[in-house]
Parts: sequence; C-alpha cells; structure tokens
Amino acid sequence: MSDAVNTVIVPLIFLASAILFILGLKRLGRVRTAASGNQMAAFAMLLAVVGTLLDIGIVDYRWIIGGMAVGGLIGATAAIKVEMTEMPEMVALFNGSGGAASAVVALAVVWLNVVEAGTTGTAAETLGGSQAITVGLSILIGALTLSGSLIAYLKLQGKLKRGQPILLPGRHVINLVLGAAMLYLIVAFAYQAEGAEATTMAIGLTGVALALGVLLVIPIGGADMPVVVSLLNSYSGMAASATGFVLSNNLLIISGALVGASGLILTQIMCVAMNRSLLNVLVGGFGEDSAAGGGGSDEYVNVTSCGAEECAMVLENAESVVVVPGYGLAVAQAQHAVREMADLLEARGCKVTYAIHPVAGRMPGHMNVLLAEADVPYEQLLEMDTVNPEFKTTDVSIVLGANDVVNPSALDDKASPIYGMPILNVHESRSVFVVKRSLSPGYAGIKNVLFENDNTTMIFGDAKKVLNDVVKELKEL
Amino acid sequence: MTMGPLLIGIYVLVLASFVGFEVITKVPPTLHTPLMSGANAISGITIVGALYTAQTADVTTSNILGGLAILFATINVVGGFMVTNRMLQMFGKKK
Repeated sequence: MSDAVNTVIVPLIFLASAILFILGLKRLGRVRTAASGNQMAAFAMLLAVVGTLLDIGIVDYRWIIGGMAVGGLIGATAAIKVEMTEMPEMVALFNGSGGAASAVVALAVVWLNVVEAGTTGTAAETLGGSQAITVGLSILIGALTLSGSLIAYLKLQGKLKRGQPILLPGRHVINLVLGAAMLYLIVAFAYQAEGAEATTMAIGLTGVALALGVLLVIPIGGADMPVVVSLLNSYSGMAASATGFVLSNNLLIISGALVGASGLILTQIMCVAMNRSLLNVLVGGFGEDSAAGGGGSDEYVNVTSCGAEECAMVLENAESVVVVPGYGLAVAQAQHAVREMADLLEARGCKVTYAIHPVAGRMPGHMNVLLAEADVPYEQLLEMDTVNPEFKTTDVSIVLGANDVVNPSALDDKASPIYGMPILNVHESRSVFVVKRSLSPGYAGIKNVLFENDNTTMIFGDAKKVLNDVVKELKEL
Repeated sequence: MTMGPLLIGIYVLVLASFVGFEVITKVPPTLHTPLMSGANAISGITIVGALYTAQTADVTTSNILGGLAILFATINVVGGFMVTNRMLQMFGKKK
C-alpha cells in the first residue's frame, strides 16, 4: 500500500503540481488572469508540500511543524505589514530567504549522509558523483543569492553609501581568486575530502560564496539594482533546481528551471529598456565613468523654480497633461494626491495621461503597482514608445521625483554615462514642471540638463505636499 | 536507450527551462513586479527539499539545519504568495 503511495500517487501529485506551476506562471503574465495565476501557483505549492509529507510517511514532525509555523508567521507578517513603496526591498529579502533555504538544505544533506552516518569515503562515494557536485552547486548558488540579495536590499534602502557603487581596488582579481577557490572547494568537497572532512569544505564553500555574493553586488550602482534583484531571482530558481538534482526530485528541478528562465527573461527585458548589456551591468560598475564628469559641469545654472500656485495657474489652461512618475512619488506616497489632481484636471476637460518609463522606480512595473493602488485607470498608463511621440503636442509635463529617465543627455551627450538609454522626451513638451526635493542627482549620480531648460520649472518639495497644494489651488481657481 | 537519473534530470531541466522562456516571453510591464514576486515565491519550492531533511526529533546538526531550511523556505513561500496577491488585488479593485 505505502509502496503505491510512494511510487504512483506521490509522483502523480508532483506532476499535477508542476502543471499548475506552469499554468499559474502563464496566467501571471496576463493582467486579467494574474490574480488567479498566483492562487494557482500557491495551490501547486500546497500540493507539493502535501505530496512530500505523504512521501515521507509517518515521521516525527517536530522540526517540520516548528519550522513551518515560525516561517509562515514571519512571512505572513512581513507580507501584510510591508508598504507598497518597499515592495522591491521585500522581494529582495524573500529572495534571499529562498537562496538561504537551498544552501541550508544542501548543508543538511551533507551532515545527515556524511557526518552523522559516520561514513569514511569521499562525498562522491557516499552520495554519488553528480549528487556531490550538485550539493556543492546548491550551497554555492544559494549562499551567493542570500548575500547578494541582502546587499541589494541595503542598496535599495539607500543604506550602503546611498546606493552608490563601491569599487574595491583590485576587485576583479579578488573575484577571480574567489571563483578559483570556489571551483577548488567544490571538487575537493566531492572527490578529495574523506568522511567528516567534507564539512570543512562545505563550510569553506559557503563562506566563499557569501563573500562572492557581496563582492558581485557592491560595485553595481543603485540605478541597476532592479536588474540585480531580477537576476538574483533567477539564481534562486537555479539553486532550487540544483537542490532537485541532489534529491533526485523532478518537481524541484522543473519549478526551479521555470523560475530560472523567467528571471533571466525579465532581466533581459530590463537591460534592453536601459540599453545596456547584462555583462555591462555585472562587470562594468555603473558610475565608474561618471565620476569623470560625463561632459559639462555638475553645477546648475539658470534653474527657475516656482510654487504650487503658479503651477496650478498653468495647469488650469492646459488641454493635455502628462504625468511622469518616478521613485520620488513612491517615497512621498503621493499616488492618491496625483489621482486627485488628475480628477480635477479631467473635470475641466483636460486630457491626463501617465508616462511610464520601463525602469521608473526601482523595479519594472513599480509605478504601475503604485498608481493602481490609487485606482488610476489602466488606459491612462502609457508605455514609453506610445507616449514619446505625443510629448510634442503636450501642454504640460509634470515630472514627479523622476530624474535619470527624463535626462536629455542620454540622447545627445556622448560623454554621458547614460548616453544611449531610452528616455521619456518630456523636454519636447510646451512646459515642464519638475517636482523634486532638491537638485541632487538621481541614481546614476549625474547632472540632469533638463532642469536648466527654458521651458522647465522646478517645484522644490515633497511630491505629496506639493501635489496637495496644487490641488488646493486648483479648487480655489 | 536507458538513462540514468542524472541524465533524466538534465532532460527535465532543459525542457522545463524552455517552457519557462515560452510561458513568459510577452508580459506587459505592469505585471513585471508581481511576476517577479510570484516567480520568487515559486522558487520557495526548496521547501520540498527541506522537508526531506528533518524527519526525526533528535537535536542533531542535520535536523537543526533542516529546520532552518524549512523556516527560510516557508518565509519565501508564504510571504511571496501573499505579497504577490496583495499587489494583484490592487489591480483587481479598479472600477
């Protein structure tokens, strides 16, 4: 009976789970079906857990229940409490947690089968050659994902040198040495170390992978963090796949491969949006060149600024307004204020749309999520290619806490580090208001020539406060 | 032709990767963050691996590690799906 459970029923449950993961992922890619896709994937996960528990049979559940209860509580609390603005950080943390799980599972396998079983041979003899190697890979990718995600989290929070790249001298050499050490440790772990010696190698490998994760992410500037989070997401899938090889579990391999592939695609989409190659992001160390100046002085001259009242007066006469949201909108939680202003303008017969740059905010889709929270209708959110031709006929563009994505230097200044990045051509509209707290540079760390244009007016202040003032003025007009 | 478990695993890996590429090649930018978050929750499938590692009540290193792995994986799964759901609900409630 239990034979039938293990050899037939459990594999069939796993198959159902894998199918549901695929369908769920597919549905997650369509607006109308996304919510149900997520639920489908969650149900698939439930099936996977139930199938696994059936497979294990009657065992002592103390560790299992303890781990799931505490983990579930932490995960649920974090998911409920997190602000929408903190979403990218949250994904980075969850991602790190997944990476940690893969590495720790592999370590547990080492202790269980090698140390506690008291074997004397090499890991390859005890576990099988390919298993031993994949244990090593699982530790490596998992630990690298963990430390990389934590650094990405800190960068997104602006806690590490305010997100600026940190360039260690000789970092390429250090990385090469660590990479070589990693390869050596994996081979030594599998084929050289005998019995309990393998643990030394496993721990060494964990340490090296953690260090490598840190070193790979710290030289990357905050502007590229979305790419990094996406790539690390892909890694955590690959780590799960590696764990699948360790345990000869096809469900793990399939699900991990799905995530690995989807993460790579998202990463690629983001790189295309920024006109940068993935290699460039990972090896380049964005901002390395921008320190040299990127053409022209970093000082601003001829910047005009005004208050909410003047802005409201211009808006009152506008027939078309394009709102360009950026990270400043998220920080100020100004999405509802934007909506209120847009409603007032629409009531006056003005056409209001939102221009969404693919990498506005700190993750693709970040702005869409925020604006959806304020019930902004979908049809008004325009993608870059759709909206760019319309700026020429736009009366007023309002830039809310966006910076690098509207910097015209990307179009014409070959010396600029962001040269070639597609931008929103707000400078072509009749007048531009830039709501920003100060003239400080954006994530790329460079000056924005848009701010000096004759048709640009700065409104200094917190986006939410400024918008509320504009709304007040509009109501009084 | 008979294949060892390693080769079967490699077959599965490669085919599943192709499915992954095909399934999400065309996704509106609106859904990039929820998709990343949902995919991230799926990567919590490591929980399956973790469950196999802690099957006795003994306080051994492997059990402590196994329990920790279950903890981390559950955070990833529960938090990931819930947070994705929260994001997607916001799209749903529009009039």
